[in-house]
Amino acid sequence: MSGKEPEDGLLISPIQDGTVIDHITGGEALVVLRILGITGTTKEAISVATNVGSRISGKKDIVKISNRELSKEEVDRIALIAPNATINIIRDFRVFEKMKVEIPESVTGFVCCPNPGCITNSNEPVESGFKTKKGGRLQCIYCDTIISDNIVDYII
Amino acid sequence: MHHIISIKELEVEDINRLLDKARLIQEKGFKRRTLEGKLVALLFFEPSTRTRMSFSAALSRLGGDVITVDSVEGSSISKGETLADTIRVVSSYVDAIVLRHPKEGAARLAANFSTVPVINAGDGAGQHPSQTLLDLYTIRENMPLDNIDVGLLGDLRYGRTSHSLSYALSNYNVRIHTIAPKSLEMPAVIIEEMAERGVELIQHDSLADVINELDVLYVTRIQRERFPDSASYARVAHSYRITPEVLKDVKDNLILMHPLPRAGEIDPAVDKLPYAKYFRQAENGVPVRMAMLEEVML
Repeated sequence: MSGKEPEDGLLISPIQDGTVIDHITGGEALVVLRILGITGTTKEAISVATNVGSRISGKKDIVKISNRELSKEEVDRIALIAPNATINIIRDFRVFEKMKVEIPESVTGFVCCPNPGCITNSNEPVESGFKTKKGGRLQCIYCDTIISDNIVDYII
Repeated sequence: MHHIISIKELEVEDINRLLDKARLIQEKGFKRRTLEGKLVALLFFEPSTRTRMSFSAALSRLGGDVITVDSVEGSSISKGETLADTIRVVSSYVDAIVLRHPKEGAARLAANFSTVPVINAGDGAGQHPSQTLLDLYTIRENMPLDNIDVGLLGDLRYGRTSHSLSYALSNYNVRIHTIAPKSLEMPAVIIEEMAERGVELIQHDSLADVINELDVLYVTRIQRERFPDSASYARVAHSYRITPEVLKDVKDNLILMHPLPRAGEIDPAVDKLPYAKYFRQAENGVPVRMAMLEEVML
């Protein structure tokens, strides 16, 4: 252990190695985990704090994932629901790399198309696919349907 | 491999090349055998008269042959086979696939699984690029696609032809006028995309306000099933009925188009007026589809 004390107001302890996702929109931490494909059956050690005080946004969520460094592609997915999130890659208790999320050009396989007539909502061996548009909206690459808001509702 | 899935994916150069090729084919009287020995599957999982027959005629004119599925009931899809599997198998038999399917995005999925070119012949309420190309061809046959006013009338909310035509016209210097009942206005996303593409799009409540400014009036069928009751449908349908009287002060060069079938939007008395181009428009489906078949297979 480093002997480092938890910072004031922090509900969960620092991690030695892994990823800290900070400044997630308050209440969205569990959705972030869903987007990353992290469930109770996957092997990562996860700490989640929801609706903690934030000087910037009032309330925020924090997710700490031990012993796993997320790729840029993985973290950019988070931008769809938490555009202000920051990603800290932690090595030996230190912030090795700090980055902002960026909205990806396309997303595949974890958002379902709201159009019931879309071929991706039938019994076909195909993953959903969206390209991102201005304002973080998603447009289905198959049927052109646009998801303007409540993207969380369509996350598989 | 070259597919034709959506008009949005075609560059203006591609569109112009296809239209030029169609004109050449038409001028030469269809005497072409360029696809002799080629076999095309027409997979029509949804009813169609003009599109299916004109693709079939187009291929015959080019010397090729077709094999056809013209209903879900007549295919293994009725046994639960996926479209993906059907496409995998059929693409091993033929040189190209023309697909009509009730699900939106079906043609794009087919292109992912096909080993031969796929032409989208209409997917649900989605894309119908061959219709759009023949619409453009018909306009260009009558006037340059430059500095003209095009009116889109009818069911602009659900009508895929008016959506696709808007995207195609965005490649040219045109003003688009939309005229539709409030409940059937052009979707906001298309209006927004037209603005992003720099198209001047003006929305109107009344056809009378704009008809005399138009060079092209593109009429679409108002779908009865979209209305809560027959009375409200009848009221709207009647207000958009094109009659000789409605056309009395229009520009001399106005052309009146309709993707057909019509269901009372255009009075048959209009058919003999010089403005009426909808039957010519349907006729143009053959050379345009000949050009498309050559485009993907040669």
